[in-house]
Amino acid sequence: MLHIEDLWVDVQGKEVLKGINMDIGIGETHCLFGKNGSGKTTLLMTIMGFDGYEVKHGKIIFKGEDITYMPLNERAKLGLGLSFQRPPTLRGVKLRDMLNLCSQTPGAGVELAIQYGFEMFLDREVNHGFSGGEIKKSELLQLMAQNPDLTLLDEPESGVDIENLNVIGDMIRKLLEKDKHRNRTKSGLIITHTGFILNYVTADKGHVMLNGKLCCQGNPIDIFEGIQKHGYEECVKCQF
Amino acid sequence: MPVLDKSPSTTDEELLKRFKAAPEEKAPEDVSELDNEEIKRLRQTGIDLDAADRLGTFIQTNCNVSSCQCDIKGVEMLPVTEALKKYDGLKDYWWKILDPDKDVFTKEADRNLDNGYFIRARAGEKVVYPLQTCLYIRNNNVAQKVHNIVVAEEGSELHIITGCTTHPHLTSGLHIGVSEFYVKKGAKLVFTMVHNWAEDVYVRPRTAIVVEEGGTFLSNYVSLKGVKSVQSFPTCTLKGRNAIARFNSVIVAPEGSDIDTGSRIILEAPETRAEIISRTISYGGRVVARGHLIGKAKDIKAHLECQGLMLTEKGIIHAIPELEAHVADVDMSHEAAVGRIAKEEIEYLMARGLEEEEATSTIVRGFLNVKIDGLPKELDEELQKAVEECRHGM
Repeated sequence: MLHIEDLWVDVQGKEVLKGINMDIGIGETHCLFGKNGSGKTTLLMTIMGFDGYEVKHGKIIFKGEDITYMPLNERAKLGLGLSFQRPPTLRGVKLRDMLNLCSQTPGAGVELAIQYGFEMFLDREVNHGFSGGEIKKSELLQLMAQNPDLTLLDEPESGVDIENLNVIGDMIRKLLEKDKHRNRTKSGLIITHTGFILNYVTADKGHVMLNGKLCCQGNPIDIFEGIQKHGYEECVKCQF
Repeated sequence: MPVLDKSPSTTDEELLKRFKAAPEEKAPEDVSELDNEEIKRLRQTGIDLDAADRLGTFIQTNCNVSSCQCDIKGVEMLPVTEALKKYDGLKDYWWKILDPDKDVFTKEADRNLDNGYFIRARAGEKVVYPLQTCLYIRNNNVAQKVHNIVVAEEGSELHIITGCTTHPHLTSGLHIGVSEFYVKKGAKLVFTMVHNWAEDVYVRPRTAIVVEEGGTFLSNYVSLKGVKSVQSFPTCTLKGRNAIARFNSVIVAPEGSDIDTGSRIILEAPETRAEIISRTISYGGRVVARGHLIGKAKDIKAHLECQGLMLTEKGIIHAIPELEAHVADVDMSHEAAVGRIAKEEIEYLMARGLEEEEATSTIVRGFLNVKIDGLPKELDEELQKAVEECRHGM
């Protein structure tokens, strides 16, 4: 699904990613751990193709196509989707319109919103006055309407209360076809700080990022426990 | 009253001299004499002659009143010249909250009045659907001078849609519009004004509103087309406890347009509330977006919001939000923001698969999104067109 090869990325002239290699297979979910400022979000934004993330070296292959310099919206059309950690507010644009714009099948997004009890937000302006949990729900609904093959999730649990974590977890499981045990086609890459999301979504592999490098790969639960016990630096040492 | 900037290189007196008096041009006595193109133009300005949900229609073409009919008993609609005769000079309302000597335009309207409308909702009359009034300049180089009086008597409710426009092939004109609105105790007046002028038209509205105890005045102003110069600054005084005023405006200024507009609300009585919200877009034109809230009594609440979007390197948006408190117990706030479309908003939409142009249009459309009940679909189409034009102007 996704193959990243020796990826070096600058942000505002500063070297942030320093030789990232990563492979996510079809149907796999990977987790990305790491301290604030280690480069996790930069990696997601670079994969999605946002402006300001300058690839200095290396390449990103998605579904067999080199997307390293492909425009953002073409990547989305090809099957990449991203849930924003802090999405902007779109004044005057209703969530209903946004879901319709995202929907691969007409009306799918609105139907999903109703299904997830988010009906009363359909005529509100996108993200305007939304709580942390509401923003995440809105993001996931948009993604479900978009139906990407590889979903990039930037801290999907941040700002969400325990009660809503269940719903968020359920939505992510749907997005990643976790109900399918065979022939799963959807993949995911999830940034998580708290690891809470691992209680709701099983991941196949975990990565730890430190100073722009991936330092450790393995079973996500083991890695997360290692980080909890010993901290990021120790965790990295112990694995290598 | 702040000194409003004059239109470049023309004094007010020179401006008056440039245009001829409306009676010099022959104008239709009846609306049936308007052709299809003109009717379409009116529709694009919010005036629908066939709509079943308009309870009254007043149309003034140049100086002639070519339609004045109202289907509701509790609402009186008259050409203002007739109302002056019928009601002994309308002495409670005529030049009561505006000074005829305020400037050359009020003086001119006082001395050489063409006509205007008088609308009064009787006490307790609640009108469900809007009435429409249209001030239409049909011939080139005509100066149209009107004076309107609207009275919403105690406990009444009234919605007026006013479309101000020019003939589809006309380029030049002057519109002077004096308006005095009286919202009595517990009454509600919704006043929606659509401007649809031409490239060399000068517009000088002079408007004042008084709202009594528990009354509500809501104003919507939409101007999407090019115009040489607009200069307006309606002033609303909240005189009675619990009175409310809200001004919404949506203004698009293409190249060559100079629009100086805004509103002032004076909160004179305790527990009154006021809100001014303006959204302006410049793609080459100049907009001065004013807002002045004056808190003179305790426990008032007033908010001002000025948002400006610059779509090109040319053009000017000058937002002037002002808050003025005369007592301590007031809650007054404002927010103003002017700039280009945020890149992160465009990218947010592009990450959902939208092309950059599509993303831009979606944001501009959202920015201009005004929900005003009762406007014909043609105006919605005009809004879509304005969005497209903005985008092409970028």
